[in-house]
Formats: sequence, C-alpha cells, structure tokens
Amino acid sequence: MTELLYGIAIAPFKDMVGSPAFFAEVLIGGVFAGLMYSLVALGFVLIFKASGVFNFAQGVMVLFAALTLVGLLERGVPVVGALLGTTAVMVALAWVIERVVLRPLVNQEHIILFMATIGLTFFLEGFGEMVWGANVKKLDIGIPDRSFIVTGVQINQLEMFAALTAAVLVAVLGVFFQRTRVGRALRAVADDHEAALSIGIPLKTIWLIVWSVAGIVAIVAGIMWGAKSGVQFSLSLVALKALPVLILGGFTSVPGAVVGGLIIGVGEKVGEVYWGPLVGGAIENWFAYVLALAFLLVRPQGLFGEKIIERV
Amino acid sequence: MSLKTLWIGALAAALIAGPMAAAVHAQPKEMFVPLLVYRTGPFAPSGIPIANGFVDYFTLVNERDGGVNGVKLTWEECETQYKTDLGVECYEKLKGKGPTGAALVNPYSTGITYQLIPKAAVDKVPVFSMGYGMTASADGRWFPWVFNFPTTYWSQASAVIRYMAQQEGGTEKLRGKKIVHIFHNSPYGKEANPTLEELSRRLGFELTLLAVDSPGQEQKATWLQVRRINPNWIFLSGWGVMNQVAVKEAAGIGFPMDHFIGNWWSASDADVIPAGEGAKGYKGATFHAPGTGFKVHADLFKFVYDKGKGAGKKEGVGEVLYNRGVVNAMLSVEAIRTAMTKHGNKPLTGAEVRWGFENLNLTEPRLEQLGMKGFTHPVKVTCEDHEGAGPVMFEQWDGKKWNIVSDWIPVMRDVVRPKLEAAAVEEGKKLSYTERDCAKEK
Amino acid sequence: MIYREAGQFKTSYASDQAIFPIAQDRWFVGLATLAAFVVPPLAASEYWLQAVLIPLLIYSLAAIGLNLLTGYAGQLSLGTGGFMAVGAYAAFKLTTAFPSLNIIAVFVLSGLVAAGVGLVFGIPSLRIKGFYLAVATLAAQFFLVWLFNKVPWFVNYASSGTITAPNRTVFGVIVTGPNATAPVRYVTALALVVVFALLAKNLVRGRVGRSWMAIRDRDIAAEIIGVRPLRTKLLAFGISSFYCGVAGAELVFLYFGSAETFAFDITLSFLVLFMVIIGGLGSILGSFLGAAFIVLVPILLTNAPQSLGLHLPVALQKQLELMVFGGLIIFFLIVEPRGLARLWQIAKEKLRLWPFPH
Repeated sequence: MTELLYGIAIAPFKDMVGSPAFFAEVLIGGVFAGLMYSLVALGFVLIFKASGVFNFAQGVMVLFAALTLVGLLERGVPVVGALLGTTAVMVALAWVIERVVLRPLVNQEHIILFMATIGLTFFLEGFGEMVWGANVKKLDIGIPDRSFIVTGVQINQLEMFAALTAAVLVAVLGVFFQRTRVGRALRAVADDHEAALSIGIPLKTIWLIVWSVAGIVAIVAGIMWGAKSGVQFSLSLVALKALPVLILGGFTSVPGAVVGGLIIGVGEKVGEVYWGPLVGGAIENWFAYVLALAFLLVRPQGLFGEKIIERV
Repeated sequence: MSLKTLWIGALAAALIAGPMAAAVHAQPKEMFVPLLVYRTGPFAPSGIPIANGFVDYFTLVNERDGGVNGVKLTWEECETQYKTDLGVECYEKLKGKGPTGAALVNPYSTGITYQLIPKAAVDKVPVFSMGYGMTASADGRWFPWVFNFPTTYWSQASAVIRYMAQQEGGTEKLRGKKIVHIFHNSPYGKEANPTLEELSRRLGFELTLLAVDSPGQEQKATWLQVRRINPNWIFLSGWGVMNQVAVKEAAGIGFPMDHFIGNWWSASDADVIPAGEGAKGYKGATFHAPGTGFKVHADLFKFVYDKGKGAGKKEGVGEVLYNRGVVNAMLSVEAIRTAMTKHGNKPLTGAEVRWGFENLNLTEPRLEQLGMKGFTHPVKVTCEDHEGAGPVMFEQWDGKKWNIVSDWIPVMRDVVRPKLEAAAVEEGKKLSYTERDCAKEK
Repeated sequence: MIYREAGQFKTSYASDQAIFPIAQDRWFVGLATLAAFVVPPLAASEYWLQAVLIPLLIYSLAAIGLNLLTGYAGQLSLGTGGFMAVGAYAAFKLTTAFPSLNIIAVFVLSGLVAAGVGLVFGIPSLRIKGFYLAVATLAAQFFLVWLFNKVPWFVNYASSGTITAPNRTVFGVIVTGPNATAPVRYVTALALVVVFALLAKNLVRGRVGRSWMAIRDRDIAAEIIGVRPLRTKLLAFGISSFYCGVAGAELVFLYFGSAETFAFDITLSFLVLFMVIIGGLGSILGSFLGAAFIVLVPILLTNAPQSLGLHLPVALQKQLELMVFGGLIIFFLIVEPRGLARLWQIAKEKLRLWPFPH
C-alpha cells in the first residue's frame, strides 16, 4: 500500500526532478501534440461559434481535404495549384452544406443540427473514398522528419513545424475575428442570430464564410496529421482527440482551443509517461477526458467559454 | 399515405428478400467460398491487397486448371469494414450459398473469428484463420472446426526472439539486453505478451511492454518512453494506422531501424509508405516471401492479369499482403483438394472440407508443383495440431521493396505448445466443448 | 374510416389515461406484438433472425435506455457503449461464478451493476450541461473500455482476452451460447424488450417521467416547483444505464456469442445516439423506429443493387451505401426534425380523417 502511494505521489516527481532533460522532452512532446489537437479543435470552434452547430463532420472534413490535396498532387498538379484546388473544393463543399443541410434546418435544436452533420459524415466518408481510394498515401511537405538535440533535449523538426503552423494559424484567426469587418460580423452572428439579421448582416454569407474557413483549417490539419501518419481513412478519427480539447477550452473560444490543446497535450503525456506504467499504460485516451472533467467541475462552461446565464 | 407506406414496405421487403431467394441456383460441379473482405474503412489499406491476392488465386485455379479437379470455385465478396457485426451479417448471408453451402470461411479479423468459432461448429463450416484469430484453437482436440496454421502469434513471438538472439550472436548474448514490445491495446496486440514474458524469464532479457490504444495516431508518450529505455530491440504488434505512425516515430527519434521488427500484420507495403526514406531497414516477420519472383506470379500475370481478370492493379501483385492472400487461397484450395482424395472429385460440403484441412500435408515437392518453391513453407496438419508450428522468415524494407533477410527461423515449440494446450482446455471449456480423442479419428 | 374513435367513451380516469386509449391502437399493438412473437421464429430465415432482427431488438432496448436519459431527462450521453460493456462483463462474471443462476436473472442483475456505474458517472451532470456533459460520459466510455481491456479478472484470466456466452437454459431450453438456436434467442430478446419497453412507457407517464421532462425543459423552473435535480438526474442516469446494461449483456449473450472490448467502443455509443435522434427524442416508439432505421437501411442498401441486377464491386457498393445513408439521414431530418416517431404520429392523424379530410 505504501509502495503504491509512493508510486503515485512521490516517485513520478522524483523522476521528473531526477532527469530534467527527459522531463523537458515530455513537456515539449506534450506541447507539440497539444497544438496538433488544437488544429482540429479550431475547426469545431469556428463553426460552433458562428452557427451553433456542433460539427461532427469536422474529422471527415480533415480527411477529405487531405485526400483531395494528395489526390491532386498525385495527378501531377504543382503544390500551389493543388493547395488552391483543395481550397476551392472546400469552399464549394461549404456552399453545398449551407444550401442543402443548414438552410432547411435553420432554427432547429442543437442536437438536430448535430445529427445532420453526422449524416454529412457518412456521406463524405463514402464520397471521399469513392473518389480518391482507400490506400495509404504519402504526404511530403518538404520538412525532413529528423530530430536535432538542444542541450540533451531531442526535438523533431516536423513536429516543431506543425506546432509553429498551428500557432500562426491561431494568430491569423485571432486577428481575423477581432480586427476585420467580416470578423466582427461573425462575432455578431455568434452572439445573436436575430439581432445580427436585423442590423443587416447576411446570415447566409456569414455561414458560407465560416464553413469555408473551417474547411481551410481542415486542410491545414489534414496536411499536418497526414504528414504524421500518411493520408488515410483513419484521419477522420482525429476528431476524437480534439473533443476533450474542445470541451476544456470551451466551444466558442479560439484561444480556448489552443490553451485547451496545450493542457490536454501536456497533461496526457505527463500522465502516460509518469503514471501510466503504474496501471499498465495506454491511459492517455481517458486521462484526457478526466483532465477535462476536472477543469469543467470548476468552470462548467469550459475555460474560455461564454458564461451561461440562466433564467426561468 | 398508408398505401404508399405499404408499397414502400413491400418494395423494401422485396429488396432484402431478393438475394436470399436468388441463392438457390443449383449448378453442378461448383463449390462456394464466402469472402469476408474489408476494402473500405480505416483498415482498407491492409484489406484490399489481401482480398485481391485471394480472388486472383481463385481465378487462376479456375482459369488455368479448370477448377479443383474439375470443380469450379465460386465466391462472393462481402464487405465487413473490419467490423464484427457486419462480419456476422456477411457470414449469415453467405453460409448457405452455392450448391453445397460454404466450403470454408476466412474471417480475416480476430474479432470476427471469435464470433464465428462457436457458430461455424454448429453450421459445420471450417474456419480458417491463417496466422491470426484464437491461438488456443491450434489444439485440434478441442477445436475441430478451427485451423490457424501455418503458425500462431505465440510461435511467432518465440521465433522473433530467436532471430534477435541469432543477430546478437547467440542465445546467451540476449541476457541483459533490453527488448520493448509495443502492442495494440486489444486482445490481438496482447497475444505475444505471455510468450515474451516467459522467454524473458528463461533467457534473461529485460522486457518492457508498452500499450498503444486504438487507433494509435498519437504515440508520442510511447516513443518518449522508448527513448528513455533506449532498447536494443523493438517488437511491434500493431494494426492499421498505428503501424504507420510507429514506423514514422521510430525513424523520427533516430532509432536503428534494423533493430525494429514488426509482426506479420505490422510489416506490409502500406505500413512503410508514410515514413518514406526513414523506414529503410525496418524488418518484419512473415511466413511467405514478398515479391513476384515465383512461378505462381508468372501464372497470375499470364492467366489472370493478361486476360484482364485481375482483381486489382497489376502493380499490386507481389505486395506482402497480396502474397498473403495468395498463400491463404492456396492453402484453402489444397485443403479442398486433400478432402477430394477421400470424398471424390465433386463439390464438397464444409464438413467434408474440414477433413481435408485436418489431413492437409503440403510437401516441398507439392509446393514446387504449385510454383511456390521457397515462397512459403511446407505444412502438415494433424488432428491434434491445427497450427503446424511452421517456421518464420524475416523481411526488410530497402526503401523500395521488401526483401527476405533470414533463413526460416524455427519457432520454440517446447515453450509454446504446453501453454497453448492449457489455453485450449480453458477456452474449450468456456464453450462447453469436450476433448476429442484423436486416436479414433481417421 | 376504420381508424376512428367515435363511439368509444371513457367512463373512468384509468381508461382515459391508458397507454393506448383508442381501441384500434390496442388491437393493433396487441396483434403486432403477437405477430412478432409468432411469425419470425416460424417464417424467418436464420439470416433474418441472426443478422437483422436480433440486433434490431437489442439496439432498440439500448435506444430506449438512452432515450430515457437524453430524450426525457435531457442529459446528453456518449457513454452508452461503456455502460453496455459494464452489463456484458457483469453478466459474464455472474454467470461464470454462479452457473445455476437463471440467465434472465443474470441479465437483470448485470443491468443493476450497470445502473450503479451509471450513477457514479452521472454525478458531474449536476454541474455540467449540454455538450459539455458529453465529456463526463465520454470519460466513462473510454475509462470503462480501457478497464475491461486491462484487468484480466474481468475475462476470468482467459488468454484470449474475450468473454464468451456459455450455454444456459431457461425452462430446459438453451437460450444462450453456441447451441442456442436463433428463434429461441430471438424470442428471448423480444420478450425482454417488450417487458422493458412497457416498463419504460409507464415510467415516463408517471411522476418520475414528468420530473425528468421538467428538468429537461427548464431545470431551474423545475427546481422551484419542487423537483430535486440531484435525485432526478441521478435516477435518469441509473435507469438509463440499467437498460443499456441489459442490452449490453444481451448483445454478447444473444447476438455476438463472444466479444472483446472493441465491440463496445465509441462507435457503439454514437450508433445508439443516432438511433435515438433519428427515431425521435422523447419517444419510446421512436427508439424502435430509430433502431430499425439504423439496422435495416444499410442492409437494404447493401442488397439493393443486387436485387436490381447490378453487380457492383463491394467497395463501391459500400461507398454508395454510406453516401445514400448519410443523405437519407439529412433528408429525414429536414422532412421531420422531431424524428420518425413524429412522422408516425402525423400518419395516424391523417388516418383518423381519411378518407374525408374535411
């Protein structure tokens, strides 16, 4: 019993202090992984913020974007052309979704819209695979997957690049939301659909923009995750890794997605490496949720979520 | 409204009932084999080559030899997406097709195998889970209807350790060496653990078991631990996207790839694609050779692909998992052929094919006749032994293709078999089976 | 014309508040239930029973369970798969420890175990709401599946790491295990789902159900009129998990025969949630309709091209099936967001006026 307590409460910390370089590596690994989660979570946040839709299809959008990009590259389209082409496809997809799915379901309950995005998920899974095939495809973004060592800490170039990309993307989105006209309109729509409509903000255009931006975020996420595991069907499952991030950070906050990602990423890596062996490992998945749960019990609307004001 | 509903209902019923009614097409001299495939979904990269190899070999037998002793093979693919419930549905749908019903079933998923083991014994259809499924079913006294030759996960693990010892320069050199087993956190992934633990006790190497939860896209924590342990060898029991990420992570931390060995479901062409150059040197266990350098491939090109009857692309022929499909189909066909020596050259039922599986004796000369000399190893199945404990080879990725880099490494039957028999008793009792007396079988 | 309630007078409160106040409904439901008991075991092929009807009934039970929680009490849950796993593993442990215990009793007991686990994971619902609550239930989902996978005690230290349904009898008939015939398993599943559906229907019509709906519609208001949120929400979690637990035990014992934890992963949770939403939130009938939609439509789509004489490659067929299935979900939501149960209700209304709608 004392041994167990020692294993839980003392040994891991001794370990961290004992080999600081390795601890730093764990932390950095967590930060990088967390930013990768944030990339996926961002797509969810954008859509939820502006249209109140919990977009279950975000994961499959990541897959679809990556498949399209790789498919174009394989057919000999140059990189810039492929990127533009993929962007065009994602914007077209956003337009179709707005037309076919969202417009007829306007003003429905959250859960109905959520279900509609599930229908969309099935559709895109079948469609993406039919068009681009089910094989694993290599996605080379020109960053070598090599590591370098700084004062005893190993850092992977590819992961660092992905993390930097995520950081830049968040900054750009932050500026977009806070400083531009469209961004202000988006925030207005997020606050109140009706009020936004009454002052002349075109809801449909806004939705189109938001879904397109989410599609572009999906391209970035698809590239980064695709560089990691190859472009394949499993990419659609990255959404599961983004859920705890989303919940922890709050559904409506862009910075929340990043901070949530960092907390989840670092938390689960530290948990797995230092406490996982005690119970046989592979605790990452549920540990992330328990971590999110612990934060939620203190702040039920997520770290940066809007406070829910309730009245009878 | 109600009338319309009725019509829709009737139409729906007709659509579902249609294929069942059409199942009764009595054509003589045909045998039916249901094919449970997964050409879509997250595991499709593995499922497609296996299914293609399988179908192509059947086509070859029909085209080149006019079937098995004059009995044509027919088959129908059913998509499972590697999902258990779809697998059960496919099995139920196809088990009664053909003039004599399903001759055998290849579940092609450990989960589906477990579902079919109890069912198939009742339906009298032999289950052939080649190198996967329930290891304990290798004891034919308890599991007469299940066959998992040429070898099992437990045997494979012992061969992997033997290979590592060989590379180190002797079994005693393994003492004190550090070996890490990275496994898919599922019953499949855990299969090798007891054998590895036993061998670690006997041979004195330091074993660390690291679990990766499905699907395994994020393995940072695992590889951080690997980096800290700094093992001499890594053995991988992965599946799906977990393999690709593991190979990539190993390359990323600069682990010497020739000391990284995947089991036979973790070392295929798809698994090394994303890592590109970094995967060079990665090794894998296998019970058949990769590549197209065998006579059977020449036949496949000549009789199947040149006639435009190939199931996949011509470039796919010779991939590791394609060849596995070919081996699987070949062993199935040889079992049917063996059964015909007893029951005559006519379409056989599952029960008759079962006898063929149990008395299969695939010799070296026979392999040569089949154009598979050196492609795979001879197999002899007996009533007691449905595994055959065949040896294992090791292949290595050179950046372009897989090459064989070892001889046939024998498995440690003395270590594995007693454990296996104990497990068979336990698993058999769970299903209320009784032990067969093999002396009475003939 | 036929479906009309003219002339049916209610002379007591009891008859006015019956589950099926209209005589035709009573007859219809009674006959349908009877037919369900008699016709398929005699007429349906093994494929129909084993691959279509048995899972349909079991998923219906799980969907009823989730509908009580999400549809009636308004608590979103994505932990269904985890709670079903609890039921399945509890049933396995119970029946291997006490082989003489009646298997139906084992199902009920394992449901109770699942209810206990559900209570624990329901506690965060007091503070967390809506989509955020999904995290608590997802924690349950991932933790429970991990636990059953990790601790060998749950599988009786089997080297295969799977649980298997042994042969068990009820009144001398083999009900579970490899030797149980499909008709017997079908009738068992049907009997259980009928009993539990009836129980659920009565539950939601009574005080408990009303307090759930009060919490769902406006929790603060409900609290003010004297509904205790703690008790009500936890009760919803407990009872819902009970249903899911029984369904989970049935899934292994009557349908799969043997299973690993993979069978209870997150996709199962989503699947049951789809059934509830498609069928109609807050409707017992909807749970059946939703399960039927999710189980039958893919099978229908898989077999459709063949029936029409088209022989497509299986991969293409599956992809088309997914696309059509997704499209159908969206289509039905647009036609009637409140689910298939609402469509059914509209059809009934129309039928009452038919053939003279004015």
